[in-house]
Amino acid sequence: MKLENLRRGQSFRIISIPDDIVRAQAIRFGLAEGEIAVCEEIIPAGPIVIKKNRQEIVLGRGLAKSIQVELI
Amino acid sequence: MAHCHDTGLKLAIPENVKKIVLAGNPNTGKSVFFNYLTGLYVDVSNYPGTTLEISHGKMDEDVIIDTPGVYGLSSFNDEEKIARDIIINADIVLNVVDAVHLERDLFLTQQIIDTGVPVVVALNMVDEAKRQGIEIDYQALSSLLGVPVIPTVAIKGQGLEKVKNTLHSATKGRITPGLKKSLTDLINRVGSQGEALLVLEGDEVVASRHGILPGKERDKVYMERRKRVNEITAEVLKEVRQGASFATTLGRLMIKPVTGIPILALALWLMYKAIGVFVAQDIVGITEETIMIGMYEPAIKGLISKYVTLDSILGQFLAGEFGILTMAPTYLLGLLMPLVVGFYFFLALFEDSGYLPRIATLTDRVLSSLGLNGRAVIPMILGFGCVTMATIVTRILGSDRERRIAIFLLGLTIPCSAQLGVIVGLLAGVGIKLTIMYIVVIFSMLVAAGTILNAILPGKSTDLLIDLPPLRIPRLANVLKKTGVKSYGFLKEAAPLFALGAIIITGLQVTGTLEVIQNLLAPITVGWLGLPKEAATAFVMGIVRRDFGAAGLTSLSLTSMQTVVALITITLFVPCIASIMVLFKERSKKEAAIIWSASLVVAFIAGGTVARLANIFSTGNEVNIFAVTIAFVLLSIGAIAVTKISRKKLFSTFRV
Repeated sequence: MKLENLRRGQSFRIISIPDDIVRAQAIRFGLAEGEIAVCEEIIPAGPIVIKKNRQEIVLGRGLAKSIQVELI
Repeated sequence: MAHCHDTGLKLAIPENVKKIVLAGNPNTGKSVFFNYLTGLYVDVSNYPGTTLEISHGKMDEDVIIDTPGVYGLSSFNDEEKIARDIIINADIVLNVVDAVHLERDLFLTQQIIDTGVPVVVALNMVDEAKRQGIEIDYQALSSLLGVPVIPTVAIKGQGLEKVKNTLHSATKGRITPGLKKSLTDLINRVGSQGEALLVLEGDEVVASRHGILPGKERDKVYMERRKRVNEITAEVLKEVRQGASFATTLGRLMIKPVTGIPILALALWLMYKAIGVFVAQDIVGITEETIMIGMYEPAIKGLISKYVTLDSILGQFLAGEFGILTMAPTYLLGLLMPLVVGFYFFLALFEDSGYLPRIATLTDRVLSSLGLNGRAVIPMILGFGCVTMATIVTRILGSDRERRIAIFLLGLTIPCSAQLGVIVGLLAGVGIKLTIMYIVVIFSMLVAAGTILNAILPGKSTDLLIDLPPLRIPRLANVLKKTGVKSYGFLKEAAPLFALGAIIITGLQVTGTLEVIQNLLAPITVGWLGLPKEAATAFVMGIVRRDFGAAGLTSLSLTSMQTVVALITITLFVPCIASIMVLFKERSKKEAAIIWSASLVVAFIAGGTVARLANIFSTGNEVNIFAVTIAFVLLSIGAIAVTKISRKKLFSTFRV
């Protein structure tokens, strides 16, 4: 499934981030492919906030549509 | 070997002096270290080709150089490029790490260690980490990284002296496992481990400096490094407890639309009270009226009249109505500077408290329908201060496409503080219904212009990808320093533009061109906008200074509807001459010319449309304002729809 389809509070594993620069930036933030995070907040039709440990990242809707995740 | 190890900063640093570079993620408290280490004597230089100011100062015999906060070293944006060049050429790096975000911050730490530069780590904000239930074994961290680690609470001065004394014991740390082999080959070709690492990680800029192709190992190196950092973190970090604090709850409320919008409204209202009322009226009253017009201008005119008569052409250029030594400094220093300082102060406050990224999150949805993303909220807010400043700040946006859209919207629809003051004054006289109509019309234009540009411009805008730092109470000293540095940067960049603007306008005036333009505009003013001929003067004066334009309307006897039509036109009309200058400086000549003429045309179309609608929806002397407003909104929606449909058609024709 896509990151966009997550519901609040769900834990997930990142499967793939297609964009090169976004992937590099995500790894710096601590969100490499294969890592586990929680969907913290969904702004209606807007960005999605995910959290890993204490790190919170905001992803625009377009990005959330492109990132492949799986529920755990 | 050839000299390619240039930090970009033109600093005269003698051979025996060590370059100590401060590095860290954004908001780790680097500046406190910088201030402590350098004391009072700090130089700020502009990094070539960017707006970024780099501070540097002296510590005993050594030079301390600050770098922009970044999450990693590469060429993704200006901040990173600068930090990268300064760091890989450092003798010693003092890496400031946020103890609360160890897992994130250590990525940069490990990357710096991988460049082979000697490092000292300051593990900052250990008190806050402790409060949040995080315990870090800093001795274990030190032996895992292979560099000295000093726990600090910088804002309370704890650990700073120890950091200073440890700087010269900086060591080259333990590089990411598996990296050594790939690096050794490259080091022989490019000369330094730092550059070799960046080439390996696919940094195109560094690779092209050495005339070689960038490596394709970024993913692999990044993953290895991330793995290593996660292992280190797991080993040294102990979480005692994790409870939701008040800051966490407030932070969440700030990004949910239901609560976030009222909070944002409150913040903007406070900002308006502080800047729109206190600064714009009380402070500017002193700086513009008393100091600049009351004291400075007579003095400078007196001085100049000793050498040239003020009526002569040279006198006009120097000290005339739009003189380079009279209007330009009065406008820039007396009126704009206090407002710019006010805006930068609030921006720094929002930034340091961690509120800014939350505003970006909240507004991302709306802005992305205009082809922008949440980050664009920064230039948009600043635009209400000064469009010239905001246009410069659009450099922070992720793509050229976004800059194009943002610059157009700023020039077209955002009234700057100078103009806003006069507009508010004039609107006070026309009543609430027409005021609402004015706001709705301008807002519709913003939405329509943004949506249409987003639909017709090729390419795709970038998505929001930011981290949410914890909410913190900002430190006043830091906020003031940021405000000072940014305001000074604006002044340095804008002063020549305002001077050039003054020269052009005086040139137009003494040659009589200003009058010719006014006469040329007259038919449109009378025939299309339904305004008296003299209103054309106000429009042209609006180019000189946006507030002149609006102020020029006060002397005309206009009906309420005419006033609003004129205000709408003037708001949308070309920005002031300084922002036209900055437009031409920031964009290609062709694009600037298109943006400029497009905003002219759009302004007259919108103003005229309102005038026409007012004619249609009037019975006798009564104008149905509600109907005019609704009709305008519907026309805007129609324009958006037509663009989108015709674009689809265009695409399907191409496909066939």
